[in-house]
Amino acid sequence: MLPWLLAAALLAVVVLTAPVLGRHLYAVFDDRPQPAWDRWLTPLESGLLRWIGETGRPADSPWGYLLPLLISNALFGLVALALLVWQPTWLNPLGFGGLRWDLALHTTLSFLTNTDQQHLIPEQSLGNLAQLGAMQFLMFVSAATGLAVGFAVIRGFSGRPLGNFYRDLLRALSRVLIPASLLLALFLLVSGVPMTLASPLEITTLEGGQQWLPRGPIALFEAIKQLGENGGGFVSANAAHPYENPTLLTNLVSTWAMLIIPAATIDAFGRFVGNRRQSSLLLVLVFGLLIAGAVVAMAAEQAGNPLLSSWISGGNLQGKELRFGTGLTGLYATVTTGTMTGAVNGAIDAAMPLTILTALFNLFLQVVFGGQGTGMAYLLVFALLAVFLTGLMVGRTPEFLGRKVEKAQVVWASLVLLIHPLFVLIPAALTLAGGPSWAGISNPGSHGISQVVYEYASAAANNGSGLEGLGDGTPWWNLSASLSLLGGRYLPIAALVALADGVRRKPALEPSPGTLRTDTGLFTGVTAVVLVILGALTFFPVLALGPIAEALTLAS
Amino acid sequence: MSFTAQLLRGVRVTLVLWLLTVVVITLPMLGLARLVAPEAANGSLLQRDGVVVGSRLIGQRFAAGRYLQGRPAGEPNLAASNPELAARVAAAASRLELAGISRPAPDLLQDSASGVDPHISLEAARQQLPRLARERGLTMGQLQRLLRQSQEGPLAMQAIEPVVNVLRFNLALDQLAAAPASEPPAS
Repeated sequence: MLPWLLAAALLAVVVLTAPVLGRHLYAVFDDRPQPAWDRWLTPLESGLLRWIGETGRPADSPWGYLLPLLISNALFGLVALALLVWQPTWLNPLGFGGLRWDLALHTTLSFLTNTDQQHLIPEQSLGNLAQLGAMQFLMFVSAATGLAVGFAVIRGFSGRPLGNFYRDLLRALSRVLIPASLLLALFLLVSGVPMTLASPLEITTLEGGQQWLPRGPIALFEAIKQLGENGGGFVSANAAHPYENPTLLTNLVSTWAMLIIPAATIDAFGRFVGNRRQSSLLLVLVFGLLIAGAVVAMAAEQAGNPLLSSWISGGNLQGKELRFGTGLTGLYATVTTGTMTGAVNGAIDAAMPLTILTALFNLFLQVVFGGQGTGMAYLLVFALLAVFLTGLMVGRTPEFLGRKVEKAQVVWASLVLLIHPLFVLIPAALTLAGGPSWAGISNPGSHGISQVVYEYASAAANNGSGLEGLGDGTPWWNLSASLSLLGGRYLPIAALVALADGVRRKPALEPSPGTLRTDTGLFTGVTAVVLVILGALTFFPVLALGPIAEALTLAS
Repeated sequence: MSFTAQLLRGVRVTLVLWLLTVVVITLPMLGLARLVAPEAANGSLLQRDGVVVGSRLIGQRFAAGRYLQGRPAGEPNLAASNPELAARVAAAASRLELAGISRPAPDLLQDSASGVDPHISLEAARQQLPRLARERGLTMGQLQRLLRQSQEGPLAMQAIEPVVNVLRFNLALDQLAAAPASEPPAS
């Protein structure tokens, strides 16, 4: 009972806090008067922009927003890549050297794209310089890039100019991500998460064995990892490790931290378009999908594994930590895949098939809150397509938020949706064709198919969680997953910005009696159906071959 | 605007943001950590006679009969449908049965996620008390008291169910054995 109560309380806190942060996001990204606590940042910010050589004027074309995004992201990646390849052995006490090029490339692209898929064991390959200078750096800037894109798209849909990328990037960091991370880091710190530059400690255990304590500057790392929907662990066990997630309370707060910025972004969208009913209904839709998934996963984990019933009664504790238990680990798996965080507080590989089904479903949809900033943009794409479909059905000119939906918009929106299956299904098919040992599959049967599909779905959705038994440290995995990471990040971003720019150039229409209202329960329901049909049915065959087949095997 | 000018902007932004997110905010956080929570910042270390013997948060491997044993840290990524999982659980169950635990608690049979889960369930701890009493020559009453002292749970928001911190329990156990506590206090 307790896990369910805590889960309900947690979601209630998200609902209550989202409008508070939503108002702040609106103020930050629509240049509203700033709260007193961050007004002092304004002169710093304009000084920095001047030094960079940036006027701060809004871009007048999609390219004007995208070019600085692509250039800066390329440079961010180069810095991190250089640190990972160069990492000299004399610099860190444990003597870790530079990473092999394919692993360094995959790790860099993975953190640059806000994915944080890890094909390495960080505590056995990265010193503090790499952890901070490459990983933490990319976690901050990739989350800020996502937020910037999200609000550029929101601006476009509300008829405003797209904005200035560097200005958005700076403001996302200085007024949202950094202050929030510092606060969360402080909380994590007093709850037991280490924050030190002292090297990992080798100790002699009570029985005389050797043990490494992988301490480090974890508290701040962990804070941006959760808030920025990054998900990359300071240690391999990620948020299952007591140094990253020491207590039940840190686990609940970390779960909240994954949800709060995307939920607040949806709230801020309502303020941008001056229709909070619209944003509230979208929130209801997304919460509905999240709760449905959470119920399935929590119930599945609590019910346990029928194959072990001769020895074990009760929930599935394989690959779980006792302080979180089965239910809250199921909840975490749902939230981390819905929000594209990818942190894990237990092994999803050892989870029940229905939990894996939920996780994959979230990765395929990409809007159960979705990525930092980009989740909101995907949601608008689905709403736009729902408008188009319902418009066709009732014979009215499709309009969304007072603007006509025409061919160009539908083309861009369809493109956004087609990119995902392309970068998931094709590489998964190629890898599976190589046979189980080439693919690195560690669990037999239909679960093996899930392992491969999950890895590419996670890469292309920029999530980062995985069915971690998979032997994914090979050049093939590193390079093929790198393609999915890049394709799943920058192609949709480009299409979304182009789409938003097209929308903002359309004349605003006064609502007429013939206008189909989009801020109604009925329309929200239609959007949900469109979401499930377009987003998930593409992937139904692989769901059937993977988790559904596994669930049926277990039940029989 | 020329591409070179764009590139130069990018370089400057990269420099500014690297310094900001790597140095400017991390250093004060490290300083603050030493100030407000020096023990946690350092890894919640536990010392005995001035020597660090572990961390309060991190589980250790205990194999000897005279210690409370923690959760197995084997292969957390075995799928629910993998026959190897059932085989391993069966093997662990019969091993524990030989050691006198007839129906072992679920957390003693299934691998933890981190490999260093610091806790076991109360049931798993109680099942091991008779062995500890025998090995250590302690009474069940003494062990029950230790169990209460090293318990962590939902009230303090440490864990979803009442659990025992295995390392803390074992440290207290060693201390109990070192002091002549089995005799009544002399007075």
